[in-house]
Amino acid sequence: MHSLDTIFHALSDPTRRAILARLAEGEATVDQIREPFSMSQPSISRHLKVLERAGLISTRVDGTSRPRRIEPAALTPIEDWLDRYRMIWQENYTRLDDVLNDLKQEDDTP
Amino acid sequence: MRPLRMTTPTDTTIEIVRSFDAPRPLVWRAHTEPALVKRWLTGPSGHTMPECEIDLRIGGTYRYVWEWPDGRMSATGRFREIETENRLLLTEIFDVFPDNETLVEQLFTERDGQTFVTMNLHYDSKATRDGVLKSPMDEGLEASYRSLDALVSGTV
Repeated sequence: MHSLDTIFHALSDPTRRAILARLAEGEATVDQIREPFSMSQPSISRHLKVLERAGLISTRVDGTSRPRRIEPAALTPIEDWLDRYRMIWQENYTRLDDVLNDLKQEDDTP
Repeated sequence: MRPLRMTTPTDTTIEIVRSFDAPRPLVWRAHTEPALVKRWLTGPSGHTMPECEIDLRIGGTYRYVWEWPDGRMSATGRFREIETENRLLLTEIFDVFPDNETLVEQLFTERDGQTFVTMNLHYDSKATRDGVLKSPMDEGLEASYRSLDALVSGTV
C-alpha cells in the first residue's frame, strides 16, 4: 500500500492530474499521453515515473509499445481517509442533535 | 440522518456544513459549554471525552481529551476571534501531531428555524508539513477530488 504522502504528492501537480484524466479514458502510450501537452518526452516520463511510484498508474508491455494505464484502486487510501473523517463528523453531529433536543426541552419546561 | 456536506473549497481547506433543528443560541451553547461539548464531540464510536476545558475569550485556550479502550489523545488550541453566537476562529493542535496547527473557523447562521454550522479547516503549508496531510499536498484535496471524479467517471 502506498502512503497518503506519496499519493498526494503525485496528485499535487496539474500535469500529472491531466495525465490521469487522460488515462481515465483508457490506456495510452507515452506519445499519446504527450500529445496534448507541449512538453518533452523526458519531462512527461518523469511525471509518469512519479505517478507509477505512487501506484496510480502501471505499465503494460505490448511488443515494442509500453502503454500506461490507470490503477484506480491506488486512490483508496485518500478515499478512506476522507470517508473516515466524514463518518466521525456525521457521528458527532448526530449526537449533537440529541443534545440540542434535550436543550430545547429544558427551554420549554417552565 | 441529516446530510453533512464535506467539500474542499480551496486547495488547503476542508469545509463541513450541517444544519440543526434548533435555534442558534442553543447550537452556540452546545459548542462552547464544556458539559455540553463532552456529550457529543466524542469522535468515533467507543471514544469518550472525559476532559473538556474551554476558556471562551480571545486568547483563551481550550483542551479536549479523548479516551478509548486502548488509547488517549488530546487537542488544544486558542481562541483568536469570538463573535458570540455567530463565529469562532480558533487554532487546533493534536498532541499526536504537535507541529501541526490547524486554523478552524466555525460559522453559525440561522435560517427558517434551522441553524447551519459551517466549519472550515485551514491547513497551512507549515502546519501540514509534519502531519497526516503533508506539504506535497500544496494543490490540496480539491485537486485530489477532481482527480477522483475524473477517475471514477472514466473507469466505471
